[in-house]
Parts: sequence; C-alpha cells; structure tokens
Amino acid sequence: MIENPIITIKDLDLYYNDFKALKNINLDIAKNKITAFIGPSGCGKSTLLKSINRMNDLVDGCKIEGEIALENENIFGKMDVNILRKRVGMVFQKANPFPMSIYDNIAYGPRTHGIKKKAALDEIVEDCLRRAALWEDSKDRLKRSALGLSGGQQQRLCIARALATKPEVLLMDEPTSALDPISTGRIEELVRELKKDYTIIIVTHNMQQAVRISDNTAFFLLGEVVEYNDTQKIFSIPADKRTEDYITGRFG
Amino acid sequence: MKSKILKILIYLSAVITLLILFFLIAYILIKGVPNLKPDLFARHYTSDNVSLMPAFINTLIMVGLSLLIAVPVGIFSAIYMVEYAKGGNRFVSIIKLATETLTGIPSIIYGLFGMLFFVTTCGFGFSIRAGVATLSIMILPLIMKTTEEALKAVSDTYREGSFGLGAGKLRTVFRIVLPSAIPGILAGVILAIGRIVGESAALIYTAGTVAQVPKRLTDSGRTLAVHMYTLASEGLHMEEAYATAVILIVFVLGINTLSSFIVKKLINVDGKARLQ
Repeated sequence: MIENPIITIKDLDLYYNDFKALKNINLDIAKNKITAFIGPSGCGKSTLLKSINRMNDLVDGCKIEGEIALENENIFGKMDVNILRKRVGMVFQKANPFPMSIYDNIAYGPRTHGIKKKAALDEIVEDCLRRAALWEDSKDRLKRSALGLSGGQQQRLCIARALATKPEVLLMDEPTSALDPISTGRIEELVRELKKDYTIIIVTHNMQQAVRISDNTAFFLLGEVVEYNDTQKIFSIPADKRTEDYITGRFG
Repeated sequence: MKSKILKILIYLSAVITLLILFFLIAYILIKGVPNLKPDLFARHYTSDNVSLMPAFINTLIMVGLSLLIAVPVGIFSAIYMVEYAKGGNRFVSIIKLATETLTGIPSIIYGLFGMLFFVTTCGFGFSIRAGVATLSIMILPLIMKTTEEALKAVSDTYREGSFGLGAGKLRTVFRIVLPSAIPGILAGVILAIGRIVGESAALIYTAGTVAQVPKRLTDSGRTLAVHMYTLASEGLHMEEAYATAVILIVFVLGINTLSSFIVKKLINVDGKARLQ
C-alpha cells in the first residue's frame, strides 16, 4: 500500500525478558507523511517507536528479532547506533530540555556530531528555533537557561533540538500529553508544517489528534498491529471490529 | 494528654540540642578568644612560642593533596558504579560492600593501617605523603558514596535526551549527567574536607607531629587537630590549645559557608543545576 517507504519493519518480535511485547510486526512508513500509532496503554506502540532509533537498547533484558530498515539499510546491522539516532530524531512524552542555555540545548546535537564553528552553530540554532516556531519567543534570551521556558515552549525547544541534527525521521512519543490545549494546538500546527521536510511518526492517546494531523494510522492491540491504513479510512470505515470498538470508545 | 507530653518532649529535645551546641561553642570561644595572640600566628613554632601557623599551613596542604587524589578516583568509580556497571554484577556488589564497610571504620584503624603499610612497609616514614595516602583512602568511600547518590538523582530523561540525539555514553556522562550532579558531589567534598580537618587519630601515626612546615613531602608535619591534641596532652599550653580550637571552628564554619554559597550559585531558581 505504501510506495517508496523510508522505513520498513519486517517480522519484528520484541521481548522484555520472557514477555513478548511485540508480535510479528510488519509495517512500512511513508516518506514525508505523518504516521500515527494509536492503541490502548501497554499495547506496544511506544515500544515499537523506541525500536526505530534503538532506544530500547538501553532497556535491560530487551531482545529484538526481525528487521527494521531505514532507506533499505538494516538498523540492527552495521549501522552505527549514534548515526542512526542522528538520522532518526526523537521527541519525548515529557519535555526534557537539558539544564543549560537555550542555545546550548540546540547546539548539543550538532556539537556531538562534530560541528564546532560558531557561525555554523549560530545558523543552525536560529534555523531550528524558527522551524519550531520558537525564535520570536527566545531570540533575546538564547543564553538564558532553557528551564525558564513554559511547558509548551520547552517541548518546542525539544523539537528544535531534535531538528538540529538534521534528521530524516522524527519520532514523537505522545509529545502533547503533558500540555494544555493551546500549547497542544501549536505543536500540532508545527508538526503539520514539519511534514514538508521530515517523515514523522507520532504515538498518541488522543484519537482526535490522530485524525487532525496524521496521514496514515496504525492501530495496536496487545503487541500486534490490528489495522494499518489511511487515517481517513481507519476512522470512517474501520476494517476490523476491534479497531471500530476502540475508536468508538468501547474499550481502551 | 499523651500528645501533649510528646509535644513537650519534642520541644525539650530541640532545646537541649541547641543548648549543648551553644554551651560547647561558647565555652571554647570564652576560653580561646582571649588567648588568640598575634604570636600564635608567627611563621615558626618554637618551644617558647607554640605558633599554630605551621599546623594551619599543613592542614591546607593535607586537604589539598588528599582531595587531589581521592576526588578524581572517587568520582570516576562512582561513574562506573552508576553509569557503566550492570546491576546484579558480582564485582559491583563487592565494591558496594567494601565502600559501605570502609565508611563505618573508625579512623584510628586507618591510622594503624597507614602506619603499618605506608610508614613501615612502603618506607614512607612519618611524613606528609604517608598522611596524605592514609587520608585519601579514608575519604575515598565518602566521596564515592555521595557522588553515586548525586548521579542517581539525575533524571533519566536527560540521559534519554542525550542518547536520542546520537551522543555516546561518554559524552552523555560528562556533558549532561556529571554537571547536573555537581552540587551533590560538592556536598560530598565538603564533608570530606570536614573529616580531614578534624582528623587526628589517623594522622598521629602517619604524618607525625613535627610542628614545622615541611620542606618536602617526605617530612613530617602536624595539622591543626593534631597540634591541638599534642598541646593538650603535653599539658603545658592549654591556653594555646583553646585558641587553636577557636581557629578550627572558624575554619570549618568558613568552609561550610563558602560551599553553601557555591552550591547556591550553581543552582538556579528551578532548583536544578545550571551549566553555563
């Protein structure tokens, strides 16, 4: 169904010790589209998201079988995990700016990957803050602590920080779940804007959000992908009874 | 009725604690301050004028050199324990047991060990270097333990954020985790300074009691606490011993004030460490 996918997930099983958290996942992610992962808590959607940039490596007892390919290259193969994470950025559920200045937060990624020149860094910082719609709010306080920003601004800073390594894919793990409706609206607007240049995968508990912003939606239940389709189709004529039950609010 | 008695007991305990502390400090100040004469700060100690200046300088030397050895080793081993070692590892549980035991050992045992090992076996003699070696071992578990706690207190979301940007372990630890832990580490260092300044038992048998500023590390030298101990045990210079006690108290008070000032500077309004 998806042509030219940027990410292909093939026969993926994931275990936390003896618990099988993901079962036989097969999923293609479309380039420059927004893909939403929805499903009840504990269904494995965040787990799959964190497998795509190998953040699950940090979890003790996590074992993965199967394959995830980024532009046809297996990420569990020869690819350097730090390069993978540079190409596949991540925004977390809770905004987690580092306890340093706004400027240094954004510059952290590029500096990690070897950019040292001040002029180049200045340019990246401004560009990323503009893309994250934070430039106007922060241009006069770049050297001030990022912790002084509001919750919504902090999350936009985290998005800007993720953009600074020039990723191809952006993973977002419930990025608005801790935010008020106004901040949520601004982030959603921003995500739609970013679609032009990036492929975005977003995990969300909020089905209206999935409808509002995503192109494709995957519905997860008990570690399996029950249904994966065009967002409009999934929410208007779901093919599976379980999907219908979930989106009409009968469980979850 | 019962709660009333309890309340009285609580207040009483607080008052007693305060009174003891007040009495102790007041007693030393009253006995010591009148004896603070300019002669006590003369450059050289003689049997006529038991100057505390050499001991004061020796204390600074001891503190400086011991920290120079124990702080890096302590911080690095704490980093290993928190960031690198996997839980349940046999080696790790042995280190844990060792540090916990070492923190609780009375300092006279460190002194005895220092005398047998550094002074005799290693042939250091009664010297600054034997004293520094002993003190470094003594404060190492303290620094390690406090650094461990400080590192554990750093939120995992910082680590995730850093790894998520493609930073490796080393960069994450040194750029993100360690700077956030600095106030906690500093608190451990201050405790360590306090222990060194107040130490006598571990030093009498290792650094000796010569009351001069050493020319080299192989010379013997007494710290302020040892100076006070010897003056008091000789019984000839009780006034000077009290005066030394005053200087010791002021010294420790000064370190505590200075360090809480530094910690406050490092922590911003959000109560989190700042790295600029």
